[in-house]
This record gives sequence, structure tokens and C-alpha cells, in this order.
Amino acid sequence: MASYDTSDIRKGLKVMLDGAPYTVVEFQFVKPGKGAAFTRTKLKNLLSGGVIDRNLRSGEKLEPANVETKQMQYLYKEGDTFVFMDTSTYDQVHIPEETVGDDARFMPEQIVVEVLFFNDRAVGVTLPNFIEQKVMATEPGFRGDTATGVTKPARISTGTSVNVPLFINEGDIIKIDTRSGEYLERVGRA
Amino acid sequence: MGVKDTGDERARIGARTPMLLARDAVMRSVRAYFQAHDFVEVETPARVFSPGQELHIDALPAGGGRYLITSPEYHMKRLVAGGLTRIVQVCRCFRAEEAGPFHQPEFTMIEWYRAGGSMDALIADCEALVAGAARAVGRWPRVPVPTSRRSAYADDSLRLDCAFQRTTVRDLFKRHAGLDLRGDESKADMRLLAERAGCRVTHDAGWDDVFFQIFLDRIEPHLGLTCPTFVEDWPLPMAALARAKVDDALTAERFELYAGGLELANAFGELTDPVEQRARFVEEAGLRQQRGGAVYPLDEKLLAALGHMPATCGIAMGFDRLVMLVTGAATIREVLAFANDEA
Repeated sequence: MASYDTSDIRKGLKVMLDGAPYTVVEFQFVKPGKGAAFTRTKLKNLLSGGVIDRNLRSGEKLEPANVETKQMQYLYKEGDTFVFMDTSTYDQVHIPEETVGDDARFMPEQIVVEVLFFNDRAVGVTLPNFIEQKVMATEPGFRGDTATGVTKPARISTGTSVNVPLFINEGDIIKIDTRSGEYLERVGRA
Repeated sequence: MGVKDTGDERARIGARTPMLLARDAVMRSVRAYFQAHDFVEVETPARVFSPGQELHIDALPAGGGRYLITSPEYHMKRLVAGGLTRIVQVCRCFRAEEAGPFHQPEFTMIEWYRAGGSMDALIADCEALVAGAARAVGRWPRVPVPTSRRSAYADDSLRLDCAFQRTTVRDLFKRHAGLDLRGDESKADMRLLAERAGCRVTHDAGWDDVFFQIFLDRIEPHLGLTCPTFVEDWPLPMAALARAKVDDALTAERFELYAGGLELANAFGELTDPVEQRARFVEEAGLRQQRGGAVYPLDEKLLAALGHMPATCGIAMGFDRLVMLVTGAATIREVLAFANDEA
């Protein structure tokens, strides 16, 4: 693959650094007193999520990272792996539990997620920021009880529990922020 | 084809008008300072045959074998050599391919010289100009520092009513990178220093490339955070047009002023030895050629003038950046009536 140089840097560019794939989060032209031009970058490691600063001298070459994201639908769990289907090619891939990580808590069957591939291997799954889920089980609520700050656990179809206000009942549809795992609002009834 | 509706432009200029008024107030304060201190305001050609041999500064062709100035330095030195002792110029300078939050290919420079003057006199000028500019826009004694100009260590405002800090390049390398920098290291030694500081450099990096890699990675984020900072005593390979110190042949009489995430000014104890200056120009021209850059003619008139130029200190301050500093602007385009892409 052809290499990039610093003039190709833009937000979202995927490059290899020290053997890991990174994406450019921010970049800025800088030129210290009477010196060469540099591009000051913030780069996010696509495997660990960590962000680093790198000052790249003008003309430095960068190796493109062989990464791509695909929209995939989660079908079912098989042993220690999750089975996904590419929504455009219908190809199926098996992704191990440890790659999906904690996100599995908010990954109900049929949901469409973004899967990140690095050198054709799935290395990460990104859920939509919000999901709507039916409450499968919770203690009965009290009509009119909207006291704030008081919560109870409610189980959703993935088997995980989220803390919800007391007025939520079984069969209610609730909106959850998958990044924080927090209940946001009641959106209806199944 | 009709002219595009100017409604957008009217709105843009309307939104930028408070900044243009602030810019005007700063310009008045700058001129008042130099008038009060007996400087002669001069004008020198904008189209010149020799726009400089700086390795990393490229000029724009202006026709007839001339280029637009990247700095008014050469002609101003000829005036000093001709007998003028305190001169100042506020002018447009042009540098190809410089565009970013702090760079425009066309920008305004304040450049001044003090024949017989000291670096300390230039430092006093800088302090007074910054203070005057802040007062002119009602931002004394603290100026805001926007997030995008701040490093991880910095406050959201900068004090100006302090004695500006003074430090040296070697102190900074020691303090922030743990390195002892002499100034006579080989390229290979420099790369070892970079490695020791955990800075990544490529195998083709020259002395100054390694220097600035360490400077940007380790040092610059700490500069001028709570109070403007003069960085003095640059190693000789970074001397450009500065003379070596009398008592230290490896150190150039040069300082840079940093404030609020901006590099504001660069000063030299001017090199007046025409033989040494010619040798440096020839070396820089060779390096420019190696890197595939345009090579500009040596300025023989400047070299001849240096032979009778008195000991002089000179400095250039970015006027746009001075306005940015005192108004808290995040980008240089905010302080211009027309940025490069709005011309």
C-alpha cells in the first residue's frame, strides 16, 4: 500500500504507529522558531482507545493502517463467540467474547453494530450510543411514584440489569445509554 | 456571471468588527511606544531579489526575478549600517505554504533595531509592547487563553503584570527533557539525545530537526504558561543571523518570547561579521538545495553593509499574534479582516 505523508493528514485518517493502528483525532500545523514545519497530532489507538500526542515533521512518511469498519448485525451467541452477519454481503463472522467485552451487556440479538477490522481480523465492536429495550423483569412499581434518586434493578433481554426509577414496570420500553449503562427515559410499553 | 450575494460577507465583517477595532487599538499602542522612544519608522521594499536563506522559509515569486519579502530584515540592516540607530517597521511579510491556526501566508510583522543597544533593551521593549497592547484593549493585567492554545499544564488566563520569566534553551532541555545540550553535538549524538528523551526521529533528521522534535515534544508545552517567557541563549547551530556570545562560542545571542501558547517574537544580537555571515548563507543555501528548495541569490549588498554595521540588536514580533495574545483569539484568522481564503 502506498504510504501517506504529513500533508495527507486529516481527521479520521488511519495510520500505523509502533505496530498499532491509530486514527487522527486532531491535527494542527506548527512551525517552531526558524525550524521545520511540523504537524501536531492527537491520535487514538484503535485497539486500546488510548489517545497520544505526536509531533510529525513535514515530509515524514506514515504507513496506512489496514482497518475498516463494517455494519454488522448480531445474530446469536455460540459458546464463547458471538456470531455477526455483514448487512451488505450476508457473510457471517465469529467474534470472541473478549473482543466484544462488556458491551455484550447491551447487545441484544438483531442489533446492528459497527465492527472494526484490522488486517481482516475483527478487533472491536461499537454499539449505537442509545438502545431501546423491553423490561423483562422488575419489582412492581407504584403508580405516581416519581421520586427522584430512588431506583431498583430491571432486567432486559440480554440478561443484564440497569437501575430504573420505581415507576417502571415489566413490559415498559426504556432507553439506555450504552456508553454509561444508564437508564435515560421510558419511551413506551411493549 | 453575476457577483455573488454579499450578505454572507457583510455578516462576517460585522461579526469581526469588534476584533478589527481591537487590532486598531493595538496598532496605535505599538506606534505610540516607538514614537515615545525616538524610533524612526521606515519602509523598505516588499519585492526583493534575495528574500533570505532560511532553511525552512520559502518565498513567493514576485516577477522580474524578485520575491516578496519573508521579513524586512536585510534592508533594515542596510539602513542601520547606513547610520540610522533606532528604526522600526510594521509591514506585511509573505511565506509560502504556511497556513494553520497561528500561520497565514501573508501576515504583519513589527521589526525593530537598536544600534548600540543590548538584548536587555529589546526585552524591555517586548514587556512594554505587550503591556501597552493589553491596556489598549482593556485586558490588563490578565489576558484570556483559549483552550485550543493551552497545553495540558496551562491556566485559562495569563498574567502580564509579572516580571516576564527568563530562561535558557539549555535550562529547558535539562528541566523538561533531562538532557544536557552543548551545541556541538554531531547529528548522531543528537539522535541519541532524542532517544533518551523518548522522542521519535527519523534517520534523515538533521541537527535542527532533532532539536525541534525534542523542543516541541517536551519543552514547548511548558512555555509561557503563567507569565510570558523569554527563551534565551540558543545553541550556535540555531543562531541563524545571530552572533555568538563573547564568553561562550557555542551559544548565540538570540531569544524567543513565548506567551499564552504563542511564539511571539524572535531577537538576535546581530551578526555583523561579513565573512562568517557569508559562510552561513552558503551553508544554508547548500542545505536548501539538498532538500530540493529554491536557492535565492546571496544578498551582496547586505554582506557589504555588514562590514560597517555597528553592534546592533534586532527583533521581529508577529503583530497578528500580539493581537491574538491580548484578545484571547484562538486562531490568527479571527484577528484579520480578510484571511487568506477570504481575499
